[in-house]
Amino acid sequence: MNATHEPLLAVDGLTIDLTGPGGQPGLVQDVSFEVHAGESVALIGESGCGKTMTAMAVLGLLPAGFRVAGGSIRFQGRDLLACPERELRSVRGGAIGAVFQEPMSSLDPTMRVGDQIAEARRLHLGEARKVALRRARELLDRVGIPNAEKRLAAYPHELSGGMQQRVMIASAIACDPQLVLADEPTTALDVTIQAEILELLRDLRREQGIAVLLVTHDLGVVADFCDRVVAMYAGAVVERSDVDRLFGRPAHPYTRALLDAIPQNGRPRTVLPVIRGRVPAAGQFPTGCRFEPRCAHGGHERCLQPQHEAVLPDGRATRCARVADGDLVLAEGGAR
Amino acid sequence: MTTQTAPAGTRPVTAGDPGRRTSTIRLLLRRPSAAVAGGFLLLLVVLAVLAPWIAPYDPNEQDLSAAFAPYSAEHLLGGDELGRDVASRLLHAIRLALLAPLISVGVAIVLGVPSGLWAGLRRGLADTVLSRIADTLLSLPGLAFALAIVAVVGPGLVNVMVALGVVFSPTLFRVVRGAAMAVAEEPYIDSSRAIGCSTSRILWVHVLPNVAAPLLVQATILMGLALLSEAGLSFLGLGVQPPDSSWGSMLRTAYDYQFRAPFAVLPPGIAVVLTVLAFNTLGDAIRDVMSARWRR
Repeated sequence: MNATHEPLLAVDGLTIDLTGPGGQPGLVQDVSFEVHAGESVALIGESGCGKTMTAMAVLGLLPAGFRVAGGSIRFQGRDLLACPERELRSVRGGAIGAVFQEPMSSLDPTMRVGDQIAEARRLHLGEARKVALRRARELLDRVGIPNAEKRLAAYPHELSGGMQQRVMIASAIACDPQLVLADEPTTALDVTIQAEILELLRDLRREQGIAVLLVTHDLGVVADFCDRVVAMYAGAVVERSDVDRLFGRPAHPYTRALLDAIPQNGRPRTVLPVIRGRVPAAGQFPTGCRFEPRCAHGGHERCLQPQHEAVLPDGRATRCARVADGDLVLAEGGAR
Repeated sequence: MTTQTAPAGTRPVTAGDPGRRTSTIRLLLRRPSAAVAGGFLLLLVVLAVLAPWIAPYDPNEQDLSAAFAPYSAEHLLGGDELGRDVASRLLHAIRLALLAPLISVGVAIVLGVPSGLWAGLRRGLADTVLSRIADTLLSLPGLAFALAIVAVVGPGLVNVMVALGVVFSPTLFRVVRGAAMAVAEEPYIDSSRAIGCSTSRILWVHVLPNVAAPLLVQATILMGLALLSEAGLSFLGLGVQPPDSSWGSMLRTAYDYQFRAPFAVLPPGIAVVLTVLAFNTLGDAIRDVMSARWRR
């Protein structure tokens, strides 16, 4: 929008606590990243590493028991964490659209598709139902649903999964947002539909300049779709990089291991490398590097210290002290 | 009900033509049981409206020569202890039989539904407080509690029915709260927040329609229960006051004279049974239709 380099969304030092009995401070720890206008940024990591929690915090929709303990989330220059609920409501669905993982259960089963898309416009732009429905028809066309006029009156269960996700996208972009948060938008869909939905998101980016924050654990989708990548592990950002360099020269042992674990066509009859163990549960994070117990390069004394994000000379950021100092050099190339 | 399960599964709810869709009411009418029950209740409404014109006698006109008259062409359903025409009294009592459940279920809905939605969606302190109040009300024996209220505010149909509404409200509260809790966990509630809905909009626009099925079922069944309770309270002399008649007060007089006119209990008794049955049947059918409609 403007010529300055202020990012559209700037998350800085975001820390989320789980309160109450069995609580865990620092469930999401010191997460920082930026999304610029029109850009596509991926938030990747295994299940349970805080990706969705981070995205929900941006929307101000943390589930009960979760509390933002520190940091800031600036969107278009204003701090969302300091906004009163009323103002947040005008941002949600207005300037920030959201698409969730399960299209079937993310649509209200008792509401006609047209009304669900029109709802955002009626809420944010005060449009009358008729006007909003006319716009909803155009949006259905826009997201590639044939026979839009008739589909307006359909209930969600009458549509296929791919169609439902298109409806979700139509509702997310109904008020021409600057940013769409897509939380694993293709995970519940089958492969051919995944490609179609990504294609649709790509079109929307190109034609309407919508920035996309894509939460995913599918590296194929990342390589295909995103400009920059934020990799998270156990609640912390371990690496920030652009897509080409992440896949070519990862700057953290975790991302290196993730790339190695992508099945390759050219290597038949080999054992697929895996990352041993699992993400530690909340409350069982190691005091040092959170990835150290599973790291192929672990055991070093510096791994026992809490790790901080360090920016490499070429602009990438890593949360591995050894990589930052050049003490550890990770293999290059690989999965692309 | 059970006879209709097969068509329910195969009914093409989606059809090939989403532009023209069948309303819930039309789906209901396709079930014979629901159509009969609904038709019966509709007939009652018509009879209640037309009662002054179609009743053969004034319901309070006494004719001692017709006291304990048997069923005859002159007095279709016989005469009561004062020779009043039972058929006419039965017709006029339909109004009360329909009005009474409407009042009590209406009161129960006003008290139980908003509080249930709120407690189910917000949980926390509001839920704890409201649930304890509901538990307290439920722990009191319903009819006895209604009797106590009537003892305080005095007998009379409206008082009795409002008291019953208070007694019924925790039942509706629980149904709505439980259903709202389940709905609140659904991702579509998150997505409605994500498009900027306020809590009250979420409650009325997204939660209420999704708890409507159990709510309607429970409300319909409570209608039957309310009618039954009204009959019971009038039977005890606490509801309708003479000379007005309700099916309950008619049962009472029939009971008093059961050895002189044993058949007099049949007209009001059968009327109560059929009407309660119609409410319950309709409730079941609504549940079947609505759950078939929105899920799969």
